Amino acid sequence: MSNSLDQSSPMEFAEATQWQLMWRRFKKHKVALLSLYIVLLFYVVAAFSEFFQTYDPEETSRRDVFHPPQMIRLFEVNDAGNRQFRPHVLGMNLERDPITLASNYAVDPEERIYVTLFGRSDPYLLLGFIPMERRLIAAVDSDEKFFLFGADRLGRDMWSRTIAGTRVSMSIGLVGVALSLFLGTLIGGMAGYLGGWVDAVSTRAIELILSMPTIPIWLGLSATIPPNIDPLLRYFAITIILSLIGWTELARVVRGRFLALRTEDFVTAARLDGASPKRVIFRHMMPSLVSHIIASVSLAIPAMILAETSLSFLGLGLQQPTISWGVLLQESQNIRSIAQAPWLFVPGAFVMLVVLALNFLGDGLRDAADPYSQHSI
Amino acid sequence: MFVYIMRRVLWSVPFLFAASLLAFAIIQLPPGDYVESYAARLEADGQQVDEVRIIALRDRFGLDRPFIVQYWKWISGIFQGDFGLSFQWQQPVSELIGDRMFLSVILATSTLLFTWAIALPIGVYSAVKQYSVGDYVFSIIGFIGLATPNFLVALILMYVGVVVFGTNVTGLFSPEYANASWSWGKFIDLLKHLIIPVAIIGTSATASLIRIMRANLLDELFKPYVTTARAKGLSEFKAIIKYPVRIALNPFASTIAWVFPQIISGSTIVAVVLSLPTVDPLMLDALLSQDMYLAGAFILLLSVMSIVGMIVSDIVLALIDPRIRYR
Repeated sequence: MSNSLDQSSPMEFAEATQWQLMWRRFKKHKVALLSLYIVLLFYVVAAFSEFFQTYDPEETSRRDVFHPPQMIRLFEVNDAGNRQFRPHVLGMNLERDPITLASNYAVDPEERIYVTLFGRSDPYLLLGFIPMERRLIAAVDSDEKFFLFGADRLGRDMWSRTIAGTRVSMSIGLVGVALSLFLGTLIGGMAGYLGGWVDAVSTRAIELILSMPTIPIWLGLSATIPPNIDPLLRYFAITIILSLIGWTELARVVRGRFLALRTEDFVTAARLDGASPKRVIFRHMMPSLVSHIIASVSLAIPAMILAETSLSFLGLGLQQPTISWGVLLQESQNIRSIAQAPWLFVPGAFVMLVVLALNFLGDGLRDAADPYSQHSI
Repeated sequence: MFVYIMRRVLWSVPFLFAASLLAFAIIQLPPGDYVESYAARLEADGQQVDEVRIIALRDRFGLDRPFIVQYWKWISGIFQGDFGLSFQWQQPVSELIGDRMFLSVILATSTLLFTWAIALPIGVYSAVKQYSVGDYVFSIIGFIGLATPNFLVALILMYVGVVVFGTNVTGLFSPEYANASWSWGKFIDLLKHLIIPVAIIGTSATASLIRIMRANLLDELFKPYVTTARAKGLSEFKAIIKYPVRIALNPFASTIAWVFPQIISGSTIVAVVLSLPTVDPLMLDALLSQDMYLAGAFILLLSVMSIVGMIVSDIVLALIDPRIRYR
């Protein structure tokens, strides 16, 4: 049960801060630790998404409509018959069936497009202002194109678009949750600390919102956003709409913790010492709350991401030219295009991976949030 | 018991009122009023705009009056069965809703029943055989079910249906029954088509209910009274089903309250993807074309549906747990 006690001396254990204890406990949860790395990786990709893209996500190409994905092969057999490390993809040629006129891509094993890490490509602006021209993966001959995740109906590179969508989808989760967190801690904290009618009113309001079907209401609210609005404004409007409903869960957690803490001895002691309510809340109660709030936040982010994806998928969330995973998945609403190009589902796989990782991370954090509980330390 | 039910129903009145206010606020939010856009639409179609009709419409909905008066006109109309007019369809909203609302209710309730029917036995199994292969398999499926957006499952099933089986999984009726009147054959046909949407909508709720049931039962399983039951020679099945499962059911029943809104929410997207003849595709259409009276009616009805679902779940909870009704 307490094997960390065996590893470290009792003294060290007794002197460890709350955060050290939490980290020690979190590390035990292998899946949560792995999820933490995955989530961090996704945020790095979101922050520097231009570097990870292979092409400009808006670049269309009529020759590459519904180009299938190409896999990177690491080795090739050279003329001398030896295996040699030379990453490349096999070229594909568009062929038209002479009778049905259906277009098909056929692999051409002779044509090899060599790729390299940190290769040169067309110049671009990292984060919108740092001029760069190297990308994570690029073709050695920058005139040649390759499609890791295939291309969509306008011949745009799905890999670059999915990576570009990472920024919007991951950040809408963060911004939305930050807003909900503000509303949630404010309302939940007031309800829990003040009690009385404030508590009664806000609890009823939370109950009311939780009893509503969220998606129809989200849809209704976002339908009221003017259609020709600036994409950035639309992004913020959607975030606000999402967090108008998303705060309830956080408020409930905060209120519950406040109610539980209010009667703790150390809080009573602080109050008897004449500390002001502000000091009691921020100096004495908050430190024991923060860990729980972090855990609930990491569980609220995936819900936000799913909500944004669903709204955009239905055409009432973000819209072109903004690229998010939901906007990309909207393309796959048409059964004919997914029958022809199943790789349009790829953004969906990203959504699943991120949401799964965030859920495991949140579970791990929640278990670790209370380092003094009786479970294995 | 009767007193409890009455109190519960009365409690929901302010909820229903707030829901209707919210729905009406959504109708009101878009810039310009409904008659303006209606007149603009008529003109765009090249039709004559009848001044008398415009004035009559304005008067009917009280568009020049303050918010509260307009709300009153709207809500008192609804009590008489008048939901306003859909300007896209040129029909009273109430005529458009009828059958679709009925199918929506059927879809939501059958999803709820499906969720219980699946989650309960699996939850019990996972708790009793904790850390067995089956438990792990169900946990993994459950986590994936939670992480996958409903519409993605629907899309993938559609893809599999078209590419692998060459069939179409959309809709709720076969073509020959779509416009037929209700008959036994049509009912059976509906049941057959319901399975796929119900399974898709139910996935995430089922996944979370399994986890809740498992955790609840695990809390109970190792308590002394279970040991006593075993020591007295009760069969293992009886010792588990009769006592700990019954207690574990309580928190489980209280989750229905939030599962039902979740199901209605989820069915909105799935119904659009699978183009089911429920209210949802029509609602999305109305929202996209700013046909606000139609959209408002749908939002109101769906909210009412989930509030009613909540009342039902509270009553069920009171039936299972005497402590609640005597509080």
